[in-house]
Amino acid sequence: MDFDFSDDQLLLKESVGKMFAARYSDFEKRKAYQKLPNGYDRAVWSEYAEAGILSLPFSEDHGGFGGGPVETMIVMEQIGRSLAVEPYLATVVLCGAILKHCAAEPAAAELIPKIAAGEAVVALAQIERGSRYDLNDVSLAARKDGEDYILEGEKSVVLGGAGADFLIVSARTGGNRRDANGISLFVVDAKTPGISRRGYPTQDGQHAAEISFAQVKLPASTIIGGEGHGLALLSRGVDEAIAGICAEAVGAMDELVKMTVEYLKTRKQFGVAIGSFQALQHRSVDMLVMLEQARSMAIYAALSAGDDNAVTRGQAVSAAKVQIGRSAKFIGQQATQLHGGIGMTMEYKGGHYFKRLTMIEQMFGEADYHLRKLAHAGASLAA
Amino acid sequence: MDLNLSPEETAFRDEIRAFIKAEFNPETQQKMILGREIGKQDFVEWQRKLYDKGWATPHWPVEYGGCGWGPVQEYIFINELEQAPAPSPLPFNVSMVGPVIATFGNEEQKKKFLPGTASLDIWWCQGFSEPGAGSDLAGLKTTARREGDFYIINGQKTWTTLAQYADWIFVLARTNPQAEKKQMGISFILVDMKTPGVTVRPIQLIDGGHEVNEVWFDEVKVPAENLVGQENRGWDYAKFLLGNERMGIARVGITKQRLRRIRELAKLERYGDHPLMEEAWFREKLTAVEIELKALEITQLRVVAEARKRGRHGEPDPNSSILKIKGSELQQVATELMMDVVGPFVMPFGASMDDEDRTNEPPIGPDYAAAAAPSYFNNRKVSIYGGSNEIQRNIIAKAILGF
Repeated sequence: MDFDFSDDQLLLKESVGKMFAARYSDFEKRKAYQKLPNGYDRAVWSEYAEAGILSLPFSEDHGGFGGGPVETMIVMEQIGRSLAVEPYLATVVLCGAILKHCAAEPAAAELIPKIAAGEAVVALAQIERGSRYDLNDVSLAARKDGEDYILEGEKSVVLGGAGADFLIVSARTGGNRRDANGISLFVVDAKTPGISRRGYPTQDGQHAAEISFAQVKLPASTIIGGEGHGLALLSRGVDEAIAGICAEAVGAMDELVKMTVEYLKTRKQFGVAIGSFQALQHRSVDMLVMLEQARSMAIYAALSAGDDNAVTRGQAVSAAKVQIGRSAKFIGQQATQLHGGIGMTMEYKGGHYFKRLTMIEQMFGEADYHLRKLAHAGASLAA
Repeated sequence: MDLNLSPEETAFRDEIRAFIKAEFNPETQQKMILGREIGKQDFVEWQRKLYDKGWATPHWPVEYGGCGWGPVQEYIFINELEQAPAPSPLPFNVSMVGPVIATFGNEEQKKKFLPGTASLDIWWCQGFSEPGAGSDLAGLKTTARREGDFYIINGQKTWTTLAQYADWIFVLARTNPQAEKKQMGISFILVDMKTPGVTVRPIQLIDGGHEVNEVWFDEVKVPAENLVGQENRGWDYAKFLLGNERMGIARVGITKQRLRRIRELAKLERYGDHPLMEEAWFREKLTAVEIELKALEITQLRVVAEARKRGRHGEPDPNSSILKIKGSELQQVATELMMDVVGPFVMPFGASMDDEDRTNEPPIGPDYAAAAAPSYFNNRKVSIYGGSNEIQRNIIAKAILGF
């Protein structure tokens, strides 16, 4: 039993902390990044590549840093604190996890070094209208055509999708809409003819896209994880991404609780700091309790995300997502309440934490989705 | 980072588990599983076994019978007892008065009291709270007037847990009513319950049980040698004592055991044409509590790991107030779930469940139903005692958030 970071992890934490602080401690900079095409500064992305964090999850054999979910947790927590807008979650954490687990396959082997070098930004095209968060709910068709496949269909809310250089697309090569079998993952150059993208900003100041695939022709070599067997790889990637956003949420909640407490100590009404009122002190204590519970579950998720057993891994990740969702909602709402009017303004940073946390609550399945999933899986966490 | 126990810690846990299995009286265990009160003899018999094994007073100084364990082992030990379920060593003896005597008492007091305190030959109760001094303990009014070689004690204590079993009581009493601050004139005095003028009056709680008492002191004459430490320094010893009881404060093991039991029973209980456990609302409600408990367990382990780093004589960690708040809430929620399990059989009131005359009567409904509601009512206490959850919030607000 040990909750300490190793020396290497401490170094990573320190250097990543400095890196994000340099780019984000001035909140105005974030606003400037958001005005750029696709909502972030590609030069900053290149700096991340130089610093080595884009190669974080990949093994040393593939020129990577060889980091696991704990290293991802360290980086994601800093991203949460700084409200960073670069597509790190989509490219490195989510798509990175998928590619890492099939790194020997040609399509993955080719893409990994490009991600590490900052040359390729990648997005996962998975959600469809009506699929909500079920990874097995795939209608987008990949029809076999000689040695090739023809993709036809639509994907929605593809995080980082508009600016991505490559897409990983879940498509149906067999079976019916909700079958676990028959799902294949394709690695696609986003500029392939037939792909059209409609990008848009998201509520939390990031970007996503609606993407349509019209007669998109791809060679069989673009499939990763085996034809018809993509679901295992996909769910593995999403589990690691959930662990990642749990850590991101903890970073954001930690900052938001600090900001709120600071505000209560400085804001004066009735001639005193409003933090002298017990009702408000107790509310902020409740926020802290929710934060610490969330932090514990983010650690649990990170330490379970590398589990090869999909059942136990999924359980841990779902449990964490439930707690994170509950904590994020409470802390976000109470922070806004305790700030009064200022917390309602677009200008103030606190509201942007609230908005990011609210989107994290929904992302990859809201708390009740994961609660239901866990409850009906039948296993007990108290065993 | 690693959530798992080390091989040594696992071996330690298995040793504790095996000892409980081999030595703990199955009848007492059954009473605990059914949520019945256990009697004085049950406590004494079990603590005696722990004492003989050398495990009755793990965190005492080694020279007085401590085990020299670290925070992790202490946590594992308590957690195993809670999950069994078996009683923890009596807190009034082992976590409260024992460490105070061992730390602040004189040699004669140590010799006279510590062995019996560890073995439970002496049963202690705690004379702190008064009708007018609850959360504001320093406002206590009981007085100890010095007359020659004696203190004469007058006043009333209340919420005195299991005073009906007690041989001795440790009392906070005011020895200097003129002290500058109310905390400064208080002394820590040991009183034999058989001393003339000591009267115990039972208080029945809402569950129907007799767990707490009023203890009255009317011109109770106590030898001055029963003063622990220095006169008027009792508040310091009380703070030391209250800071001592933190390691198992979340009671994760108790709640875990209850949730496991609830899961088992919900498979037996019918709900329409299927077991309750197959009801979506119930599964989800139970799972939601399990998730919170998992989070609390890890939070607890984080606090334990911090304690291991800080060394055992550090200041009490204000984070244990987080454990108290969340831990008490989850203990309470588990009792709510148990009422859901028993359904209509929550209603019959079985008089006092420790009433020997009635325990032989056939149960109404399943045997686990009788304790469901009393347990729920009784567990409302856990967010009130040991520093109410509101006091815990005050502590966190001050010590962690810096208000």
